[in-house]
Amino acid sequence: MYKYDEYDQQMVDARVAEFADQVKRRLAGEITEDQFKPLRLMNGLYLQLHAYMLRVAVPYGTLDSRQMRMLAHIARKYDRDYGHFTTRQNIQYNWIKLEDAPAILADLASVEMHAIQTSGNCIRNISSDQWAGAAADELTDPRPWAELLRQWSSFHPEFSYLPRKFKIAVIAAEEDRAAMRLHDIGIQIVEKDGVHGAAFYVGGGMGRTPMIAPLIKDFVPLDDLLSYTEACLRVYNRYGRRDNIYKARIKILIHELGADEYRRQVEEEFAHVKSLGVDPPKAEFDRIAAQFAMPPLDASASDEIDRSDPDFAVWVDQNVAAHKVPGHAIVNISLKPLGGIPGDANSAQIDLMADLAERYSHDELRVTHAQNIVLPHVRKADLLAIWQALDAADLATPNLDLISDIIACPGLDYCSLANARSIPVAQKIAQRFADPARQRDLGELKLKISGCINACGHHHAGHIGILGVDRKGTENYQLLLGGSGAEDVSLGTITGPGFDEDGIVDAIERVTDKYLSERTDGERFVDTYRRVGMAPFKEAIYG
Amino acid sequence: MKLLTGNDLKTGFVTWWTGADWSLHIEDAADVGEAGEAVLAVEEAARRVNAPYIIAGEATPDGPRPAHIKERIRALGPTVRPDLTLKPADPAAGDWVI
Ligand code: HEM
Ligand code: SF4
Repeated sequence: MYKYDEYDQQMVDARVAEFADQVKRRLAGEITEDQFKPLRLMNGLYLQLHAYMLRVAVPYGTLDSRQMRMLAHIARKYDRDYGHFTTRQNIQYNWIKLEDAPAILADLASVEMHAIQTSGNCIRNISSDQWAGAAADELTDPRPWAELLRQWSSFHPEFSYLPRKFKIAVIAAEEDRAAMRLHDIGIQIVEKDGVHGAAFYVGGGMGRTPMIAPLIKDFVPLDDLLSYTEACLRVYNRYGRRDNIYKARIKILIHELGADEYRRQVEEEFAHVKSLGVDPPKAEFDRIAAQFAMPPLDASASDEIDRSDPDFAVWVDQNVAAHKVPGHAIVNISLKPLGGIPGDANSAQIDLMADLAERYSHDELRVTHAQNIVLPHVRKADLLAIWQALDAADLATPNLDLISDIIACPGLDYCSLANARSIPVAQKIAQRFADPARQRDLGELKLKISGCINACGHHHAGHIGILGVDRKGTENYQLLLGGSGAEDVSLGTITGPGFDEDGIVDAIERVTDKYLSERTDGERFVDTYRRVGMAPFKEAIYG
Repeated sequence: MKLLTGNDLKTGFVTWWTGADWSLHIEDAADVGEAGEAVLAVEEAARRVNAPYIIAGEATPDGPRPAHIKERIRALGPTVRPDLTLKPADPAAGDWVI
C-alpha cells in the first residue's frame, strides 16, 4: 500500500491546521455561512438533513487495518456509531458537529487520510477496481496509476476550479468492476504487442444526462499517461460550459463537439503538454509502484476448501472470487444484510473487518463501488474462520451481485437534494426476495436506486434501476430496465409511469417473474432483457 | 401556518424558531405568520443558526406539521433508523412522516 512521504503528510497537516482556524472563525461569528461554505466543502463537510455530513476519501478504495480502525473510531467518538460506504468507494458520516470537524480531520491525518477534494468542482477521489492487485483476470495492478493521478491532481491549481466536478477511474481488467465508462475519464490499462498502454474513454457520467464515455484513444503509451490526462482536462477546462450547471460536465462538451473534434483538440494540446515534462521520471513511478507490490503470499498454500458446512459453501460460491496466486482467494463482505441499510456498517463491524484484514489479508481492505468491503488477499485455508467471524457480526450475507445486493443512495432519509427515500425501497425489495434460493435462481441481477436525478445510486446503470421522483409532494418511483455499469455498459430505459413504494416492489416482482418465464439457458436477467426487449416486460408490469 | 427552521451552527442539528429562541423539537415551533422574514434577518445576523428559511405547515392537535415530507423527516430524523430519531421509544413516530 502507498505510504505518505513527507510532502503528502505536510500538505494534509497544513490543510487541517488551516481548516481548524476557519472553523474557529465561523463559530466565533467572524465569517458568514456564505463565506464559510466553500471552505467547509473543500474539506468534505456538507450540511445535510439532520446535521453536517463528512465525506472521507478512500483513495481507489484501498485501506489498511489501521485506517479502517480510525473510521470506526470516528463513528464511535464523533458520530452515532456508524458510517455509510458509498458508490464512490468513500465513507460518509451523517451526524457530524461542526465543532468536532477539526479534531476529526486531525485524527484522519494521523493515519494518512483526509476529506480533501471530496466536494467541489475539482478532480475527486480516483476510483478503481476493488480487486486490483489480486484479481486473477487483471493485466497488472492499476493502482500505481491511480496513485500517480492522485498525487498529480491533489491541489492541482489549474484544475481546482473546473467547470464542474471531475471523476476518474482506472482499471486493468477486461471485466469492468468500477463502472469505468461512466466516469468523466475512464482509463483501462491494455496490452498491445506485448506492451502495456492506456485506453482513454472520456465523457461518461450519470446524473440527469447519463452518457457512456466514447473511446477517445485506444492506446496511450504509459509514459504519456499523465500528459494525456492533462490534455483531456485542459480542453475541458477551456471550453466546458461554465454558463450552465446542467451542461457543465465534460460529457456535454464532448457530446456537443463530437468525439472526433474533441480528440483532435486533445491531440493538439497533448503535443504541447508533452513538452512540459509532466510525466514522472521512471524512477519516481517505480518508487510508487513498488509500494503496491504483491504481499508475500505462499503460492504453495492448499487449494482445498472444507465445504462440509452448507451455509459456508453457499457463501464461498457467492462471495469469494478467484485470486491470481494459487491457494488464495478474494473475500467480498456484503454490507447488505436482509433488512439492513445498504452500505452502512457500525463501529464494531468496521473494527471486526479491520481485525480480519490484519490477521488474514495482509492488512488490506477495499471499499467497492457496490458499497461492499473486500479482503483482497486471504488463504483459502482461512476462509472458514473468516466466514465464522463475519457471520457472528451479521456480515456474511451470501448475496454478492444478487438482487438483494442493492446499491442505494442515502435518499430522503438523509440527503437534502432528495425527492424520495431510497433505503426503505431497498429494504422492501430485499424482504420480498428474502429467500436465498430464490435469489440465487434469479442469478446476477444488479439493482440500483437513487433518490433523485443526480444518480448517486447509479440507477441508470442497474440491470434494474429505480429513480425516486417527487409527484405533487409525494414519493414516486420510476422503474428502469437494461442498464449496466460493467464491461457490457448500457443505460437503462424507463418502463413507463411510476409507482408508489409498494407498487414499485410489486412491479419488480412482475419483471423478475417475466424474466424467469422468458430466459433461456445461462441467460442473466439483463441478457434476456436485451434479447426480448422492453415490450414483454412492459406488458407484464402494466398489463 | 408558517414555520421558521434552520440548522444549529455548532452541531448542525435541525432547529425550529419558538418565537423567542430555537428548539430541537418541532412541537415548540411557533407560527411566524408574516413576521418570518424579519425574524430571519435578525437571526441570520446573530449567526447561531445556519441558513434559516420559512416553510409551510399546518397546526394539528399534536402540534405543527410541515407540509412537505422532507421537512417532516428533518423534524423527526431518518425513518430507517427509528433509534436515532427524536422519538426512539415511539414505534409509530414514523407514521407522522408519511
Ligand atoms: C448526501 C449527500 C450527497 C449530495 C449532496 C450529492 C450530490 C450530488 C450531485 C449534485 C450529483 C450530480 C452531479 C452532476 O450530475 O453534475 C451527484 C452525483 C453523484 N454522486 Fe452524489 N451526492 C451525495 C451523496 C452521494 C453518495 C452517498 C454517493 C455514493 C453512494 C454519491 C455518489 C455519486 C455518484 C456516483 C454520482 C454520479 C456521478 C456522475 O454523474 O458522473 N453521492 N451527487
Ligand atoms: S441521488 Fe439524489 S437523493 Fe441520492 S444521494 Fe444523490 S443527491 Fe441525494
